[in-house]
Amino acid sequence: MTTPTLIDRFKAGLWYENPGLVQLLGICPLLAVTSTFINGLGLGIATLSVLVVSNALVSATRRLIRSEIRIPIYVLIIASLVTCTELIFKAWFPVLDRSLGIFIPLIVTNCAIVARAEVFASRNPIGSSIVDGLVMGTGFAFLLMGIGIFREIVALGWMMAILPPGAFFSLALAIAAKNTIDRRRQEKRANALPRRARRANR
Amino acid sequence: MANFAIMRSGLTLAAIAAVCTTLVAFTYQLTDERIEANEQAWLEQSLQPALSGLFFDSGVSESVVTIPAPHELPGSEDAIIYRVYSGETPVAALFVVSARDGYAGAIKMLVGVDINGAVTGVHVLAHRETPGLGDRIESTKSDWVRQFNGRSLQDPEGDGWKIRRDGGEFDQLTGASGTPRAAVKAIRETLQYFDANAVAIFSAAADQEDEVSE
Repeated sequence: MTTPTLIDRFKAGLWYENPGLVQLLGICPLLAVTSTFINGLGLGIATLSVLVVSNALVSATRRLIRSEIRIPIYVLIIASLVTCTELIFKAWFPVLDRSLGIFIPLIVTNCAIVARAEVFASRNPIGSSIVDGLVMGTGFAFLLMGIGIFREIVALGWMMAILPPGAFFSLALAIAAKNTIDRRRQEKRANALPRRARRANR
Repeated sequence: MANFAIMRSGLTLAAIAAVCTTLVAFTYQLTDERIEANEQAWLEQSLQPALSGLFFDSGVSESVVTIPAPHELPGSEDAIIYRVYSGETPVAALFVVSARDGYAGAIKMLVGVDINGAVTGVHVLAHRETPGLGDRIESTKSDWVRQFNGRSLQDPEGDGWKIRRDGGEFDQLTGASGTPRAAVKAIRETLQYFDANAVAIFSAAADQEDEVSE
């Protein structure tokens, strides 16, 4: 197996392994705060920064930590980082902090972060883990912003979009759209293949 | 051997806990002052809507009196009163009260009363009333709370301080009468309290500022 390039990894984070669309992780904050673009952006940035730093710390300490105590250590690291993030938001982005409210501290419960610590950062060198945090966090942030924009626009004509049920509809539409695009591409590839194969046989 | 492993795990956990705590403590140190300033600014800003049509000095939130429960004001928690001055002259008092008998729990309100006992503004801070019905007491959802501006215990007198359905002078909200009934009652009680205690409110010593002195 060749090592994936940076571009491949960004593609994975944004599309093929998107934490929200494919892994369906962190759905609770995703549904709760995406009523506006700016909220999505705020929570996206907060989650991204926690994810990058937690991946870096988990990876840096991975050789010191016995596997029995790794979960409490992830919890410690993530909880401290989220607390710091919350303080930083309160100090420098008070308006955003008020509109996100409880969802900043609740980044602790975003399973995307623990999942990346367990699946990736605890088994890979620090540089690679930081990249992983960056791409996964970016994928999550883009999804938050996308759904935020979508709901804001749709809400102009249909109030339901801004209410909680609208979040479920929007996410479902986003997942459906992704799956459709993937299937179209696959079909195209499948149709293209025999021709190429024929040409090669000639 | 097993003991050694447990010891090692324990020490690792303790070490990482110490590092994490240091990180949080450091961030707290860094942000503490800014956070406090932000909260002060936010409080000042949220007091404004209850002080329409008044000239007053900034720094409203600095002169606070806390009346420990139980007291005559609506609400079972300690009541908070902000005193508003223009120069040395007291111009109004802002009450943070809660109407306990809302349709769904307490309605936390900010009631501004000027020195003559007239309402300068009512602002709903927190409530759990039904969206679309009772939540029209919020100033962003309807004009309902503005009907109190300028009203006092003499305007209307006595039993006029009720909603129309109960024979009073104040509008109710279609589909929700519990909510406005509770709000009107709380505002009336606040005015009565101010009427009886105005002198005491302005002569009371302000709460000690809990300055962080290090």
